[in-house]
Amino acid sequence: MESRIRSLLLSPMLGLLIAMAMPVLAAEEPQEQVIQPELDRRVYTEADIDTEDFEIGAFAGIMSVEDFGSNPVFGIRAAYHITEDFFLEGAYGQTDTEKTSYELLSGAAQLLTSDQRKYQYYNLSVGYNLFPGEAFIGSKWAFNTALYIIGGVGSTDFAGDSRFTINYGAGYRFLVTDFIALHIDVRDHVFDSDLLGAEKTTHNLEAHGGLTVFF
Amino acid sequence: MHLKLIAMWIWRFVVLALCLQSAAVVAAKDGFFSFGKDGYFEVTITDPYIELHTGPGRGYPIFHVIDRGERIEVRKQRTDWFKVRGTGGQEGWVSREQLSHTLTLAGEPIQIDEPGMGDFSKRRWEMGVLGGDFSGANVLTFYTGYAFSENMSVEVSGSQILGSFSDSLMANVNLVAQPFPAWRISPYFTLGTGVIDINPRVTLIQAEDRTDQLGHVGVGVRAYLTRRFVLRAEYKSYVIFTSRSDNEEIQEWKAGFAVFF
Repeated sequence: MESRIRSLLLSPMLGLLIAMAMPVLAAEEPQEQVIQPELDRRVYTEADIDTEDFEIGAFAGIMSVEDFGSNPVFGIRAAYHITEDFFLEGAYGQTDTEKTSYELLSGAAQLLTSDQRKYQYYNLSVGYNLFPGEAFIGSKWAFNTALYIIGGVGSTDFAGDSRFTINYGAGYRFLVTDFIALHIDVRDHVFDSDLLGAEKTTHNLEAHGGLTVFF
Repeated sequence: MHLKLIAMWIWRFVVLALCLQSAAVVAAKDGFFSFGKDGYFEVTITDPYIELHTGPGRGYPIFHVIDRGERIEVRKQRTDWFKVRGTGGQEGWVSREQLSHTLTLAGEPIQIDEPGMGDFSKRRWEMGVLGGDFSGANVLTFYTGYAFSENMSVEVSGSQILGSFSDSLMANVNLVAQPFPAWRISPYFTLGTGVIDINPRVTLIQAEDRTDQLGHVGVGVRAYLTRRFVLRAEYKSYVIFTSRSDNEEIQEWKAGFAVFF
């Protein structure tokens, strides 16, 4: 009895519900699913490939300034790798210089003020990966490396003047991971100076180690 | 001395701004700021196989091959090499040439062509370095340019001029008109103004620093080289408006290269 009453009540209600739902369903049928997922599934394309052609970092070492002693040098560098062979590098470095032998021996004579003794340079160079290769530590570890040659032009600010400067040298890049590299570099900075009387070409040698990251 | 210091700092600021700007342009383009990546671009191999090198260079040994039909994730790119990861977890470097023979998961050919001539005429940003002769002195110039249209662009540059008797810093703004942007070797004309700060050598008899305004016109040529690179050479004629009774005229020849984005 109870179930009959229930079914009597239910069936028209069900009918009503279905009747109400039908046009809605019919209307929505050609469209996409009713519930839209909150998160869009991201489609990765070629544009999402992370390019790592830029390299940026800092270095520290020793720089010998002709007639003015050898002192610690610090600097920053940035590079752009054009191909697997060639790269462009911009660098800025600075070092302090000492008194010349003449100044020390003569006692009183001062050639430069302390401000003028600061040696700063910047340059833009082209590098070539001459010997790319792998280095092995034990039998389990292999690291990508490259011995490169590099040369370029720039400016040196020393003794109150700026001088057009040519630099050239060689370096060794050791990639600890895909994007972290250790560098060892030797560079000669050449410029003409008339600081000690007659104009002469000075060679200023620099050796430094550095750390860079690719991005 | 104060002027020289100020000019030096402006110069440094220009160089720094150029560096930051180039980094930002590249970052924006390559999605450098999209940290926390949880997925990579995937492709299906259509060649019989592709070769995985141990490093991003032609000389690095091939240590693994992945067969046709397999999927690989493209993790990163360095110059013309792509670091990929196979379904087996092997990671290695594949050349652009080999990777171009794969299909995206949607079945379309992959688009990893090098930037070419077409991108050159449609470029927006350009930056570069030029070196040359400024009336007998060495000149180094860094510049950045923005193209409003294919024919017109505006450029900002900073130059250091290093001579036997003085060194100078110069900042310029100029308009560049390029009548034939689609040509591989394309001439252009420039017109602009700027300011120069001249510092005589300290080893000379005391002469004063001076800062002057200048105007200049020029003609030059851009030659599209490869990828994102152009060679550029130009001649400029400057008039320096000195505080003396007559103006100074200077001729400048420069050549260098630039990248565009």
